[in-house]
Amino acid sequence: MPDLSIDFCGIKSPNPFWLASAPPANTAYQIQKAFEQGWGGAVWKTIGAPVLNVCNRYGTIDYKGSKIIGLNNVELISDRPIELNLREMVEVKRNFPHHAVIASIMVESKKEAWQEIIKRTEETGIDGFELNFGCPHGMSERGMGSAMGQVPEYTEMVTEWVMAVATKPVIVKLTPNVTDIVLPARAALKGGASALSLINTINSVMGVDLDTFELQPNVGGKGGHGGYAGPAVKPIALHLLSAVAADPEILKSRLPISGMGGVETWRDAVEFMLLGATSVQVCTAVMHWGFRIVEDMIEGMSNWMEDKGFETCNEFIGKSLPRVSSFGDFDLGFQSVARINHDKCIQCNLCYIACNDAAHQCIDLKELKITDEAKERLWPVVREEDCVGCDLCSRVCPVDDCITMVEIDTGRPHITWNELVKAKPEVLEWDKMEAYRKTANIHIH
Amino acid sequence: MVEHYKPNKYKAWELTLEERFQEVYPPFSEREAVLEANRCLYCHDAPCMVACPTSIDIPTFIRKIATGNTKGSARTILESNLMGATCARVCPVDVLCEGDCVLTADHKPIAIGRLQRYATDYANEKGIRFFKAGEPNGKKVAVVGAGPAGLSCAGELAKAGFEVTVYEKKKWSGGLSTYGIVVFREPVEVSLAEVKMIEELGVTFKNNIEIGKDLSFEQLIKEHDAVFLAIGLGNVPEMEVPGEQLTGVVDGLEFVEETKTESLDSIKHGQRICVIGAGNTAIDCATIARRLGAERVTMIYRRSEAEMPAYHFEYQFALKEGVSFMFLTQSVEILSNAKGEVDGLKCIRMDLGKPDASGRRSPLPVPDSEFVVPCDMVIKAIGQNKPTGFLAMLAPFGVEQVKGYLKVDEGNRTSHEKIFAGGDCVRSHGEASTVMAVQDGKIAAASIAKQLLGAAKPLAEAVSKR
Repeated sequence: MPDLSIDFCGIKSPNPFWLASAPPANTAYQIQKAFEQGWGGAVWKTIGAPVLNVCNRYGTIDYKGSKIIGLNNVELISDRPIELNLREMVEVKRNFPHHAVIASIMVESKKEAWQEIIKRTEETGIDGFELNFGCPHGMSERGMGSAMGQVPEYTEMVTEWVMAVATKPVIVKLTPNVTDIVLPARAALKGGASALSLINTINSVMGVDLDTFELQPNVGGKGGHGGYAGPAVKPIALHLLSAVAADPEILKSRLPISGMGGVETWRDAVEFMLLGATSVQVCTAVMHWGFRIVEDMIEGMSNWMEDKGFETCNEFIGKSLPRVSSFGDFDLGFQSVARINHDKCIQCNLCYIACNDAAHQCIDLKELKITDEAKERLWPVVREEDCVGCDLCSRVCPVDDCITMVEIDTGRPHITWNELVKAKPEVLEWDKMEAYRKTANIHIH
Repeated sequence: MVEHYKPNKYKAWELTLEERFQEVYPPFSEREAVLEANRCLYCHDAPCMVACPTSIDIPTFIRKIATGNTKGSARTILESNLMGATCARVCPVDVLCEGDCVLTADHKPIAIGRLQRYATDYANEKGIRFFKAGEPNGKKVAVVGAGPAGLSCAGELAKAGFEVTVYEKKKWSGGLSTYGIVVFREPVEVSLAEVKMIEELGVTFKNNIEIGKDLSFEQLIKEHDAVFLAIGLGNVPEMEVPGEQLTGVVDGLEFVEETKTESLDSIKHGQRICVIGAGNTAIDCATIARRLGAERVTMIYRRSEAEMPAYHFEYQFALKEGVSFMFLTQSVEILSNAKGEVDGLKCIRMDLGKPDASGRRSPLPVPDSEFVVPCDMVIKAIGQNKPTGFLAMLAPFGVEQVKGYLKVDEGNRTSHEKIFAGGDCVRSHGEASTVMAVQDGKIAAASIAKQLLGAAKPLAEAVSKR
């Protein structure tokens, strides 16, 4: 049985699965129930400034029969008295000394306020802090949450205030609602943070009711932006995670990262970890199905590790990071073409129409006479010499392993764009580009 | 591609004999399984799980298929039910898990049985083993009968470190799963793979040994710390009508067994067949006969459609297979030609009178209503003999009985301290089923462990928490 335990900047956890700071981590009752069912850690729902909540708080995207592909919320940080939260943190740590309990903190932008709550919270015996610089609704309008996270200088300043008094590790939670997430990440690093976590929720408006013209979620006839999460945001989270994790400064600092944003299954968790997350945090999936999903997450990850021969999480954390690259460094000589397996093809012809209307018109419908049918329908056939290898057809194909992208050798030079423009700056002119294409065996029809 | 939809396109006359005896439902492809699994709501306190006699955590095993953790899915199933692959095929799911699926109220229930089959077959095909023999605890248990109850008990005990020996009078183990479930419901290989899994837990199988004949019960009980009796039931009883000894009159269970153990083209069968009875075995016989190629198969049952003991889905299946039914009809004599071969079944019409002891309305003959159904083969499938001989052998040990079945308490213990029992041989009322037999085995294993090891041992815990 592989060892799933992790050491996150000194915070020990029996496995990498943590509850994110959110409604499932609101009380000691919930967190202890989650630990009993297998969760390795929890980031307590943010405590700090006094708040008042509204109803309704959630909006969802249901997609073609599946509920909650995306979830948005306008709930604020904990509305329970701070004393109660602190008392319960003591209780949880006492009952679960070997689980990771992290306090999420958000107060107004005053040094004394931050330092006081950090000191008070540390007395509970929790293992670390997460600074909520990400909440995009309600708190941000009051100058907190993402309002801080969106300004790298604020991020750095508040992190410094906290680091001056904290004796436990401090995680800075980043907002995705910025143009370049690397800047606040570096600011947190500069402020002395022990670790990073991302992503917080994304600004969103979930929908409009066609009959009543009300927004979703609908708060007494009004609506506004809320924080978007759930499976739909995973690709965005993976991008921001990889951008931060692969940043040379962050890499050099070896700051651990707690990844989140659409983690629902063990497979999602493995992807986050391959891109550099040491722990993963989960909220929406628990809000949909409860804490019990963790059993499959633990077992699925263990089985996968066993299959791959990994004995500890460290063996695969960040394993895909060296592959994170950018367009200028991709191999222009890599050529693939689509191949359709006619034994598997069910003749829906979605590949044909996708290629013909939306790509490069290199799939034909042809008579193949490969069945006993008297009036055989036409089959989609790829004109490989014209196929640009865009991959759209295999993406729309509803049958597993029917269309595969096959690498072919066209004799094109294996060179990247950056190398090319360095060696032949003249290709930036269209006529020179045409000339280069001829020599490089690249034909655009 | 069309393989998948054969059940809807089934035309016996277009298929070879081997094709007709493939499993009625093809296995789910990965895509089908994942699509179906994703339809599951993953209910909390799910009624499907409550409906399962072995309490398999159904929503969890289905979610694991959806997340791509098929191996873990199989573990979830087998932890609660070692015979999960058999149960996936033979359970009356429409009155158990699927019948209670909350989606039934909305559109259609999840295909739980087929998903269970997908997961257990996956583990079996990959040769994945989830359990190991427990640390030996020095206690010896004998299991009599290698059917689902016996295998389940043996497996659970082996996991807890008991030294288990299974005595089976037949050549192969598996009981009715091996010999009595029609091959297009459960191929022999599925049952034998389960036997192999139990064997690999360190259980010793002694086949071709009949207790009371090859080995005395006295010796058995002397040599073991506990005995679990899972002896099942006997052959089909006599109908007690003239002509029963004629060539062409066969025992239904033996008929099914032939299709499981012999090559299909060597099986002799008539063209116009009467099957007596309307239980699940009777349906099996009738549908097998049709698939073997019999032109006309008629089921003769003395009560009406409403009283027939077969599962409703089996009845529907038989109708689809072209089997005809003669309800309220009692066979009174089997007729023969000059060569002594069956050539007809003399029957009498029945009416339903007042409810009898079973609560069902009792059939009464209609005077002067005899008629003959021409036929060249009669298959008897009117139930199974009670284990009378075995009970007589146990009587000196103080083992009590109820209505010809072994009497057990809720921990599946008989009136003798060291003797436990389960499966069809204790089912003195209600319907017997494979899944209940499996649960009997689990309960008995827990009782045996509790008695021999004390309450706090792992097996007792493992079983009691489910």
